[in-house]
Amino acid sequence: MNPVLLRRILPAASLALILAAIFWLQPRAMSYFGLNLLLNLAVPIALATVAQMFLLCVNDIDLSIGAFVSLVACIAATWLNDTPLLGIAALAGLVAVYAGMGALIELRQLPSIVVTLGMSFVWLGLAVMVLPTPGGKAPDWIRALMTLKTPFVPFPVIASVILALVVHFGLMRTAYGAVLRGAGGNPRSVARAGWSMLRIKVTMFALAGFFGVLSGIALIGLTTSADANIALRYTLLAIAGVILGGGEFTGGRVSPIGAVIGAMTLTLAGSFLSFLRLNPDWQIGAQGAILIIVLALRVLISRAEVRTSPGAA
Amino acid sequence: MSILFRQPWIWSWLGALAVWLGIVAFTGGHGGLGVLVAALTFAAFYVLVALGQMFVVTLGPGNVDLSIPACMTLAGTVAMKLMAEQDGLILLGLAVSLVIGAAVGALNYALIRALRIPPIIATLSSSFIFQSAAIWYNRGLRIKPPASLAEFSTGMIAGIPALAILVLLVSILLHVVLNRTIYGRQVLAIGQNPRAAGLAGIPVERVRAATYILCGVLAGLCGFLVSAFSGGAALNMGAEYLLSSIAVVVIGGTSVNGGFANVPGLWGAALFLFLLTTMLNTFGLGADLRLILTGLVIIAVIVAASGTRRTG
Repeated sequence: MNPVLLRRILPAASLALILAAIFWLQPRAMSYFGLNLLLNLAVPIALATVAQMFLLCVNDIDLSIGAFVSLVACIAATWLNDTPLLGIAALAGLVAVYAGMGALIELRQLPSIVVTLGMSFVWLGLAVMVLPTPGGKAPDWIRALMTLKTPFVPFPVIASVILALVVHFGLMRTAYGAVLRGAGGNPRSVARAGWSMLRIKVTMFALAGFFGVLSGIALIGLTTSADANIALRYTLLAIAGVILGGGEFTGGRVSPIGAVIGAMTLTLAGSFLSFLRLNPDWQIGAQGAILIIVLALRVLISRAEVRTSPGAA
Repeated sequence: MSILFRQPWIWSWLGALAVWLGIVAFTGGHGGLGVLVAALTFAAFYVLVALGQMFVVTLGPGNVDLSIPACMTLAGTVAMKLMAEQDGLILLGLAVSLVIGAAVGALNYALIRALRIPPIIATLSSSFIFQSAAIWYNRGLRIKPPASLAEFSTGMIAGIPALAILVLLVSILLHVVLNRTIYGRQVLAIGQNPRAAGLAGIPVERVRAATYILCGVLAGLCGFLVSAFSGGAALNMGAEYLLSSIAVVVIGGTSVNGGFANVPGLWGAALFLFLLTTMLNTFGLGADLRLILTGLVIIAVIVAASGTRRTG
C-alpha cells in the first residue's frame, strides 16, 4: 500500500480501531446514547486541541491553554450567567490578550514556551480570583446546546465533524490559510514575499484564544459548574492530540481534521481502558503507551516512504 | 563593573537582591536572615532540577525534559519504600534513586532517537508511564524517611542549610563540567549548531544521550532529597518543578535557543522566584494575586532580557 496514503489514514485508523475495541468489549456502547456518553467530553478537548494546533502551525507552543480553558469555564459559570454583557466583554478581552501575546512574541522574538508558561500563572490567578471556591452555574443556553438531542447522529459527533470541516476549509483551502501555514514552514520567505509576520502571528494567537474560549464554554455546558483547576490537563492533551493527528512541531505541517480525530482518540482511549477494567493506577500510563505506539507506527510508515521514493529523502 | 553587568546571570541576582530588600524593608528588618535561610533550602531543590534542565535546553531548540516531575515522584516513592525507615539502607535508597533517574533519562533518549519524535512529546508520553508506575508502586502509602536522613535534610552546618551546601557543591562541579570539560564544550557546540558540531567530529548523539541521562539522574536525586525533607514521598510532589525548572533556567540567563548556559544564574533565579513568592506573601496578598504577579514578573524578565544583547 502507498505509504503516503497510509500515513494520512493512520489517525483515522487508530480512532476506528479503538472504537471497534470499545464496541467489542461493551456492545451496548454501540448506540445513540452510548456514543453520546463516550464522546461528550471530546468536544471541549477537540476545541482546545485545535487552539493548540494554530500555534504549533507557526512554530509556537502554548503551555497555558489548560489554565486558559479553566479561566474561561470559571467566567462562563459566573459572569456570563449573572451578567451576560460583562461575561461576553471579558471573554472578548481574553481573546485580545491572546492576540497581544502573539504581537509581543513576534516583536521581541521571545520564546513562546516561556511567555505562555508565565501566562499560565496569570490565567490560574485570574480563575481563582473569579471563582475562589468550586461552584458557579452554567448559563442555560450553553447547557441546552451541549445536551442537544439531535436526530439519528449524536450531537458530539456532529459538533466534531463541523469543527473539523470549518477549520480545514479555513486553514487548508483558503489563500490566506496557505500564507498562515507558510509562515510556519519558512517565515523569512513569507516575510520577503510581502506578508506581515506580525499580522500572521496576531491572527494565529487570536484564533487560538478564540477556540480556547469555545473550549471553556463547551466544557462548562457539560459539567454545569466550574473550578479553577478544571481543565489543567488540557495543556498536555492538546499537544498530544495535535501530534497524534499527524501534526508536526515545526514547519507548519498540521492537519485540522487529524487534530480533531487525535483529540477523540485520546478521549476514547480513557474510556477503553476503563472498559478493560485495567487497574486505574495504570490508566495515565496506558495513555502514554498508546501515544508512543501510534508515533512508532508513524516512524515505520515514514521509513517505508523513504524506501519507495529514494529521491524524496 | 561594566564587565560584571555584561554577565548573563547578573540580572537574576539583582532581582533576587531587590526582592529581598523589599521583604526586609516591609518587615522593618525583622526576619531578613530567617527568610534567606528558608530561601536557600527551597532554592536548592529548584537549582538541582534546573541544572539538568539547563544542560538539556542548551542542546538546542526543542530540547526540553517534561518528565522531571514524574521522575522525581518515582525515584522518591521507590527509595522511601525500599529504605523502610531504616538508617542502614540510606545509601541503597540513594543509589536506587540515581539508577531510576538514569533509567528514565535513557528511556527518554531512546524514544527521541528511535521514534524520531520531538523531545517535548517523548518526555511527555514517558512521564505518563513513570507517573503511573509511581502510583502503582506507592499504593497511597506515605512512608517516612529514615530518621538520620530526615535529620540531615533539615539540618544546618554553620547556620547554612546542609542541603544548600550539598547542592552548591553539585553546582560547582557542573559549572566546571560545563565550562572546562570536553563534554560541556560539546553540549554548547551542539546547541550553537548541531550540523557544524557533527561535521567537527563531535559524537552528537552520544552527547545528547548523556545529557538526558544526566537530567534524569539529577531529577532522581532531587526526588530523593525532597521526600527526605518533606517527611515522605507524595504523588504530586514533583508538580511544581515542571514549570519552575524551565522558568529558573530562562530567568537565569541561559538561552532558550540553546548554545549558551551558565550555572550562577540558576541560583540567582531560584532565589528570586522563592523570595518573590515570600514577598507577595508578606505583603498579605491572596493566592490569586500572587499567581498573577508571578506570571507577569516571569514575562517581564523575559522581555527585559530580550533587550540586552548577549555575547557568546
